[in-house]
Formats: sequence, C-alpha cells, structure tokens
Amino acid sequence: MSKDVLVVKNLNMHYETLAGDVHAVKNVSFSVKEGESFGLVGESGCGKTSVAMSLLQLQADNAKISSGSIVLDGQEMVGLTESELRKVRWDGISIVFQGAMNAWNPVVKIGEQIREAIREHYPNNSKDENTEKIKKLFDIVGLDHSNMNRFPHELSGGMKQRAVIALALSCDPKVVIADEPTTALDVVIQDQILKEIKKVQDLLGLSLIYISHDIAVIAEMTDQMAVMYAGSIVEIGPTDQVFSNPKHAYTKLLLESTPSVVGEKKKLRSLDGEPPSLIDEVAGCSFAPRCPDRDTSCNPTLDMELIESSSGHFVDICCSEGK
Amino acid sequence: MNDSLNEKEIQKKVRREAFKRNWLLFRQSTLGMIGLGIVFFFFILAILQPILFLTGVWNESVYHPVVGYEEIKVNLLVVECPDEYPTEKYESVEDCPGDGEITQRQIYNPSINPQVGDIHEALLQPSPPSSRHLLGTDSLGRDIFSQIMEGSQVAFLLGLLSAIIGVSISTILGTIAAFYGGRVDAYLMRQSDLVLMLPSLPLLFIISAFAELKIWHLAIVLGVIGGLGGSVITIKSQALQVKVKPFVDSARITGGSNMTILFSHILPNVAPLALLFMVFSVTGAIASESILSFLGLLNIEMSWGIMIYLSQTDGYIFSGMAYWWLILPAGLAVTFLAGGFYLVGRGLDDVFNPRLRKR
Amino acid sequence: MNKNVIEVKNLEKYFEVNSGFLNRNKSIVKAVDNISFEIPLGESLGLVGQSGCGKTTTARSLCLLDPKTNGEVKFYNTETKEMDDIDNLDETDLKKFRRNIQMIFQDPYESLNPRWTIKDIILEPLNIHNIGSLNDREEAVKEILTTVGLTPPENYMPRYPHELSGGQRQRVSIARTLVMKPKFVVCDEPTSMLDVSIRISIMDLMLNLAKDLEVSYLYITHDLAVARYMCNRIAVMFNGKIVEIAETEELLRNPVHPYTKRLISSIPVPDPQYQRQEYELNYDELDKIIKNNPDVDMVDIGGNHFIATHNVKDSLY
Repeated sequence: MSKDVLVVKNLNMHYETLAGDVHAVKNVSFSVKEGESFGLVGESGCGKTSVAMSLLQLQADNAKISSGSIVLDGQEMVGLTESELRKVRWDGISIVFQGAMNAWNPVVKIGEQIREAIREHYPNNSKDENTEKIKKLFDIVGLDHSNMNRFPHELSGGMKQRAVIALALSCDPKVVIADEPTTALDVVIQDQILKEIKKVQDLLGLSLIYISHDIAVIAEMTDQMAVMYAGSIVEIGPTDQVFSNPKHAYTKLLLESTPSVVGEKKKLRSLDGEPPSLIDEVAGCSFAPRCPDRDTSCNPTLDMELIESSSGHFVDICCSEGK
Repeated sequence: MNDSLNEKEIQKKVRREAFKRNWLLFRQSTLGMIGLGIVFFFFILAILQPILFLTGVWNESVYHPVVGYEEIKVNLLVVECPDEYPTEKYESVEDCPGDGEITQRQIYNPSINPQVGDIHEALLQPSPPSSRHLLGTDSLGRDIFSQIMEGSQVAFLLGLLSAIIGVSISTILGTIAAFYGGRVDAYLMRQSDLVLMLPSLPLLFIISAFAELKIWHLAIVLGVIGGLGGSVITIKSQALQVKVKPFVDSARITGGSNMTILFSHILPNVAPLALLFMVFSVTGAIASESILSFLGLLNIEMSWGIMIYLSQTDGYIFSGMAYWWLILPAGLAVTFLAGGFYLVGRGLDDVFNPRLRKR
Repeated sequence: MNKNVIEVKNLEKYFEVNSGFLNRNKSIVKAVDNISFEIPLGESLGLVGQSGCGKTTTARSLCLLDPKTNGEVKFYNTETKEMDDIDNLDETDLKKFRRNIQMIFQDPYESLNPRWTIKDIILEPLNIHNIGSLNDREEAVKEILTTVGLTPPENYMPRYPHELSGGQRQRVSIARTLVMKPKFVVCDEPTSMLDVSIRISIMDLMLNLAKDLEVSYLYITHDLAVARYMCNRIAVMFNGKIVEIAETEELLRNPVHPYTKRLISSIPVPDPQYQRQEYELNYDELDKIIKNNPDVDMVDIGGNHFIATHNVKDSLY
C-alpha cells in the first residue's frame, strides 16, 4: 500500500480583479500516491491550471489561496514564506508548463539553464557533478548530450519539450506536474513525448499530475483522474472506472463529445452556452444551467460536495442520487 | 439579456459601455488622471478669457492681453543719493534709492522739474500682483493673467492643429508603406530616416528666417516635420502586424479591393496608436513654440513664449525674484501644459496596451 | 455523373529562400509538391498532416490568396455549369468567382476585425459584391445569424467581437462565410482553438449547412478524429505531397502508406483499456525514397483508394 505523497484538502483560491474576486478553485480535494499518475481534466477556465499553480504557489500577484491545505510529503505548503517555498519548489515538486518549450531564455545555452536550476538546490555540487547529472537526465528523456551546448533555437519543438522535462526532473522531485505539455506539438511527436514521460515515471518512481483538456490523453496516461468544471471537481476516481462508468453529466458529455479514430463512427453530443462566471457566488450545482441530462432526480440546489458512489469513485451530490 | 430588440438602442448601449470601460481603464492610471486634470485646467483658462470679456466682468480696454492698459500710479519721494557710503540712511549704493523713493535722474520727463523732497507720481510698470491684477502687469501695463489665458488658447490651437496634421500624414504614409511594401516602402523609410536626421530646431530657425511664421504657419510646419519623421516607422510596423491577421485575409478572399482593405481594415486598427502619437506630439509643439518665440523668430502677438521673450528684451529676466511674475507664470504654464499632455498620453497608453495594465 | 466543385492537377507552390551573405545562396522550398485531387459537389475532403506538410499553403493557393507556382486548378461555374480554369479568368470574372470560394480560419480571436460590429462583418461580402438592396442585405444578415444559432440576431448585430466568446465568434465567421452561399469553403482547423464540449456543435452546424446549401468543404486539420467526423474522404499529406487518399472509413480501417499508419497509430484513444498498435517509421528513409522518386503518379488500389507508391513496391508495404 503506497503512501500519499501529495494531499490537497479543500483548496480555495481566488484572483483579485477590478471586477471582483474570481473564484478559480473551489473546495478542491484530491490525493496522489507514490508512483501514481493523477489526471486533471477540464476545459478552459475550469481552474486546472490554477490548481497547478497553487501547488507550487507560483500564482500571479493578485492570486490568493483563501483556505485549504496542501501537504507535500508530510509538509504543509500553505502558509510557508517565499524562502521556505523556494526550497521545496523543484526539489519536492516541479512543473512542465504549458508552452514551456517557448520559455527557454534564447541567449543562454540549454545546459547552462538546467545547471542554474540544479545549483539553486544543490549549491555544494561541483561543476562536473552537475554535468554528469545533466547527461543522465538527457539520457532519460532521450536527448543527445551535445544538446547541452546548444541554444534553444537550434532545437526542434519536440527536443525543446524533452529538455523541459529534463529541467523539471533536474532536482529529483517526488511529484511532477505536467500542464498540457504537448498542446503545441504534432500528434506523432506528442506520442513520443507521452511515451517518454511514462518511461521516466516508471524508471524514477515519480508521481505525476497530468493536466489536459484532451480526455484521450488522460485515458492513456493516468491511473486516477478528476473532472473539473467551473473551479470545482465534479467527479473523481480511478481512470478505468470513470471511463467505463461515468456518473456526472459533465463527464458523460466530455466522453461523448470526443471523436475517435477507432471503433464505429458514433453520434456525438455537444454543449450549449457558456461556463458560469467565477465572480458571482453560485449556490448549488454549477453545471445545472447547462446540464443536458437534467431531470427530476437532480439536486441542483444542494451545495457541491463529493459523495462516494462506489469504492474510490466520487461524484458531486447533484448527480449522485440513483443514477 | 433582456434588452429590447431595437438594434439602435443596443448599439447606443454598446457604445456607452465601451466608452465607460475605456474610461475606467484610463482612470486607473494616476499619471493619466493628473495629466487630464492639468490639461482640463488650462482648457478652462483658455475659454475663460472670452467669457470674461463677453459677460463684461472684465473691461477689455483694461484686460486685453495685447492692447489692454491700466494706469497704475505710485507715489515716490524724490531723493538725492549721497556720494559716499555708508550713511545713516543708506548702507550701500544699492540701497539708494530705497523702496518708495526715486532720484531726480531716474525721472525721464523733461517737462517737469522735481526737487528733492517732492512727491513724484510715477507709472508702476511692471506692477506686482494686486487685487485688480492677479498676476500683476508687464512693462506695458498689460494684465499678466489675461496673457496667460491668451497663451493657453494659442498653445491649444497650435498643439492640436500641428498634432492632427502630423498624425494624419504619418498614419497615411505608414499604412501605405506597410501595405504596398517594395519600392514604395523603401522610399518612405529613407524619407523618414532623412527627416529624423535633420535637427528639428535648427531647421525651424532656418524656416523662420525665410518666412514670416504666424501660428497657423507654425502649426503646418511642425505638423509636416513631425509627420514625416519617426512616427511613420512605428505606424508602419503596427500596420504590418494588422496586415497579416486572418481578418485581412478573409476580406481579400471575399474579393475586397486594396483600397477597401487599406481604409476599412488596416487604418481603423492603427488608429489607437495614431491617437497616442497625436497626444505626445502636442507636447513637442508647445515646447517648440515657446523656444521659437523666446528667440523672437515668430510673428505672434501673444503667447507664453512671447511673454518670456519680452521679459528678456526688457531686461527683467536676470532680475531674480524681483519681477518673478513676468517669467514664472509663463514658464510654468509651458512646462505644465506640455507635461500634462504627455501624462495624458501615458494614461492612454495603459488603455491601449493591455499588457501594461495593472489587473 | 456528379460534377466536381474543384479539380486540382499537379499543383505546385515553391518558395525561394535566400540565405548566406548578400543573399547569394538561393534554395527552393517545395511547400506543395505536385498534388492532385477532386472534390465532388456537396462532398467534403479532409486534408490531414503535420505542421509544415503544406496543407495551409495548399489552402491559401486554392483561395487565391497566394498565387500558385504551377499546376491547374478548375472551379465549378454555377452559371455555365462548366469547370473554369482560374488561369483563364480575367479580373472581373475573378471577382465574381470569389463569391463561391470562402475560408474559415482557425483563430476565432484574430479572424474578425476587432473594430467592426458583427453586422458590418457579415455585411462586408454582400457589400463588396453589391448583392441586393440595402434592406435585402440586412435581412440576409439576420437570417444567417439565426441559422448559425446566434438568436435573436438584433442582440448580436451591434456588438463587437471582443464581447463574444470563442464559440460565438466562430459562428460569426461561419455566418460571414456562408452568407453568400458559396460552393467551396476551405476550413483551416476551425475548432482546434475551441473547447472540446462545443466543438461538436460547431461541426454539426457546418455539416447541416453543407447539406442545406450544398457546400463542399476542404477541411484542413492535424486531428484525424475530427476529419473523420466532418469528411467523406481524407487525403494525407507529408512534406508537400499527398501520400494517401481514400474514403474516410476505408482509410482508417485499411491504411496502406507507412506514414498514414504512423499517423493513425499515434493518436491517443479515449479508452483506458485500449492498446494502441505500435508502428515505428524511419522518417529519413522515407524522405530519401520520396526524393529519389519524385513525380510518381498515385496508384489506385481499388475502392477509390489511392496511394503514393514512390515506385517502391515491397519494401514499404
């Protein structure tokens, strides 16, 4: 029975803007075990990137964690000072950002940029030790050693992305967050990168938090998953179960709106309208206004809360009665 | 959305909302608001003067900035200055004659023959600020405050006119350069380089030596010089960015002619940047006018630059704080209004450049 | 016999690249290298491939945005009911022709002029081609807005693009594109920047309009799953060439060309139990083979399924 390496409980995060407080993360709770792969799926504005940023506390200036706890390897992260956080970032938990391959400093060599990260956490390492470390990282992600001395523009998109993964692994973190790491890449390269990530995870025994809007990728990459809508988790459980037995109307919709190249050509469903504004406090089920499966057995007025429907598989209370 | 289905009403509502939104953004910028306040203050001054004349609060014969005159007399005691100092009345030669005193030699009037001990009635020109003249009068007895207001009118007129001319020219040239590319672009860029190379102030000196420049002429000259210069390049780069956007492709596919695309699509998207330039160029125009007037190169009756020019030719400019009202109001006015327009430009920058905004 | 809406023969688009000191080294990039295909009236063709394969360049050439280097492109003339070669058209004919060709772009945020109202955006094609009276034009705008689901149209007509969501903007793009009832619309990944849950509604809208107005789509995408949903036939492009073209289901069941196989095998499947078949491909080898055998015609292997063999029969297949 592997232990929990990351436990998030009732996380609430909001952005302070001119128009009001935008509640981007509402009461989000989940846990990730050692070596496990956890997927967070949802569409734009659902709060998944905000959750990722909160885990590393790299949010924007106007973002505030209003309440909740994030416990990484037994240590509470909420409330730590910036200098305490810097020790944990990259060392305990790191991230592969969205569009990270474009975040390389164009005038510094790749190897040097990774070295910088390592120096921050292992200041006592010698230069040679660091070089060896980088070489090993490159081996893991499948990059030739010569790329250490190249500038970012000399590498292709796929290579840059591998380098970003190497950067995320450089300080031996226990948890790696991958926030849409393959969005800008071609499907063939995406396939290679995803295989790479899986290989790395198995090799190093990492825990992986995979964030994507692409439910097919989540299906292939994760053991556990959560579906987010308008800042809240509406369904969470083992990936197999969520796919074979989806309970929430939104989950069902996501599954039925994804076209596939295999199997019979199916009739697909779609959604009308807009996600709700995150500024106004909406009581009850946030999906209810758009929910195409509404009927008399729904409980849209109840406050959102995850109820266990089968072992380890939770769904929001609105969709949980006799469905 | 429970609006009535009347399209016109919705359109008005949409425009109002857009304006309100931009206003709120502008309000966020402290600098912009300060600038706006300053500009507004001088604008009030500019329109105040004709109002005061029309309503009769001010008598034109007294308060007109150019030909107004009020006789202000002051009684002075005629004294004779000793040859040796110090004496019991005066410490040194600078103390004689003292306040309220005057020597026989200083009375430039051959028709009277004052004696020591007489009271001589002299004209006090320039006179310091008083209840009738809030900022005093100049050496010709004209009200300074009225002159400031007149100068404000001149500054606004000149500034806005030259800015409009300049920005119109640079927008059209920049957009044409971006749109047609090739030789047209190359020529226009070299032309801009040339104009940038020329030092503008000496150029203005030369022009004013050949032609008698009034305010209108100066506005056109400043406008043309400004319009042909560096702003062409910046507007061209903005137009280039618009040119490659999909909606331009879309218009082209639909069959839009080059003219249509240029005027209906590219120009409107370049307009915000052009507006920004316009505001900034007002600053330069006001400053240029004051410099040229100070050097006596302009044929204008009254402006802030002329005020400072007069104080220099009359010899008061090095008198320190003794005749401060001849120099400070005009000088500060130029600084503040030019600066005010600049700050408004900074505020507008925040509105048009989303990345600069605070959240 | 169904007429074609477009016939493309040996289309080529080359770019000159100047490099080196004083631009002395000139090399030619063959963005589109000798491709041919036909689309019957009312049917849709998907053009699938990775970035840089030439699909966008093809689209721009067919929309007459960038002139082609070589090749023959024939469009269906609705008046004469014959195929017209676009090279033979003069300025005025060309402008009339543009009524029948349109393009929907990928980015809903950049494909509408931010300073125009929705009404003006949709009116523009009608104004350019001087169709009907002013009243008629306004009615047409209202009608098409209702058709694409933006009702009541009066609510949307005076608004600006930034007030609408991504999905609504794409609907406006579709409305503008189809207000002239064109026969041929090139769609450049119109749903890739939209949320997954609304993609289907946009695609369904496009499919319905295609049926009602008898419009043919050339649907460009890197996502085979989307192409499957939208198109009768799919052409796979690689390095400027079409390597395989067949009816959709046939292509997915029976991919023959190694690149097609690699492409299909890389697509993630939304089913955790599904095991994808691995298919490795040596790109360099394929590139070499193609370079050594340019301009080889496609071979019909039956059932309207064509493949580019590059004259190499057994080692590839």
